[in-house]
Amino acid sequence: MTTEPPPLPEDTSNLAGNFGPSPSQTVGPYFHQGLVPGVQGLQAGLGHVMVTPGSPVPGERVTLTGRVLDGDGVTIEDALIEVWQADANGAYPARADADFGGYGRAHTRTPLHRYALHTLKPGSAAPGLAPRLNVWLGMRGLLTHLVTAVYFSDEDNSGDPLLNAVPDHRRHTLIARREDTPDGAVYHLDFRMQGQDETVFFDAY
Amino acid sequence: MNHEERHPSPGGVHAPHLSPAYASSVKRAPHERLIPLPHGLHDFGAPVFGAGRLQPGDHDTTVNARVNGEPLGERVVVRGRLLDRQGRPVRGALIETWQANAAGRYVHARDDHDAPLDPNFTGTARMLTDERGEYELISIRPGAYPWRNHHNAWRPAHIHFSVFGTNFTQRLVSQMYFPGDPLLAYDPVYLGIPDPKGRDRLVSRFDLSLTRPGWALGYRFDIVLGGDHATPFEDEDHDD
Repeated sequence: MTTEPPPLPEDTSNLAGNFGPSPSQTVGPYFHQGLVPGVQGLQAGLGHVMVTPGSPVPGERVTLTGRVLDGDGVTIEDALIEVWQADANGAYPARADADFGGYGRAHTRTPLHRYALHTLKPGSAAPGLAPRLNVWLGMRGLLTHLVTAVYFSDEDNSGDPLLNAVPDHRRHTLIARREDTPDGAVYHLDFRMQGQDETVFFDAY
Repeated sequence: MNHEERHPSPGGVHAPHLSPAYASSVKRAPHERLIPLPHGLHDFGAPVFGAGRLQPGDHDTTVNARVNGEPLGERVVVRGRLLDRQGRPVRGALIETWQANAAGRYVHARDDHDAPLDPNFTGTARMLTDERGEYELISIRPGAYPWRNHHNAWRPAHIHFSVFGTNFTQRLVSQMYFPGDPLLAYDPVYLGIPDPKGRDRLVSRFDLSLTRPGWALGYRFDIVLGGDHATPFEDEDHDD
């Protein structure tokens, strides 16, 4: 015995009469479950491998590594670090699943709570711009993500308009220090969330 | 934008970084004001993911982690559109979701909540938006979840959403809630968003037209990406 279903409302969208940007919420402590392969359930990763091993794609292979520190200087062990960058020629890749897709994802639930991104060194994306990595940070405790940038200590960063928008005494927080190792170039940069040598974050929302 | 301007918080619809009711924010929120991006520097696109990386069933947590049966819980279909600030669809965009099971337990190694795991459920899904900017997630309604933020703290039922737009400044991780959840009124994560209208956008709507008779309930959850590259005044004659 069936009855007529009730009439449907005109618009069931959660945005009905309330159109506007969706607010950020924290990635929480368990983001690995959905975003980091090989931890829980995810078979294949996105952004987990930035440069296909053995690929002839041009560019110096480099590692960026460091820690994320809270206001007490304690290492944060549940931070998510994402990068978006140009290739060695300064072009942002068209496809993230190319041999080099420009997109990377790392986290600090690791031994010593260090993140590590194995990538290639970007070129200058436009005249006057120093090579850089664009960085997105999320973690338990941040309702809204943060945006920053990473520059390279062995480049001439003096004319870069983004760095020049940063007060002199804070620019060093964005410049990764190069170390040449038998395994290649390693750049070191810690992100400091607050207080002494606090990382510069940008208003990019 | 005036380059001398400084923002103590993201402003707009987003929650301030320092949100004392959310205890973890106190030592992790920047003290310094945010520095505006000089004009033009944000315009460098965003990662574009191909369908080749996705497997059939990636969008359906009721099938993608089965070992010896079906996951337990109330099945839900969540469907929505991914839009930019002008209401235009964002096509071919990657959406990733993760959530607790019906008992409120994550499969994450660090989750020690005393509730059962479900051997047939990991609660992770991935999908791409279609030509209309639409996605569809099939899942199990997550349970409420206790946490240590304050005495007797419970997170409302929620599904974590991670989305990409056409510009990296649109990159967004958020959470979807369920309508009528009494825990929303006590939740410092949800209440951390200052504007009640902003909060409301994260609450899905029950939608009878999305239900699958005899099989699953349906909820609609549309998402709008901000990002600082778009202005209400730009030419909207083309929507590529």
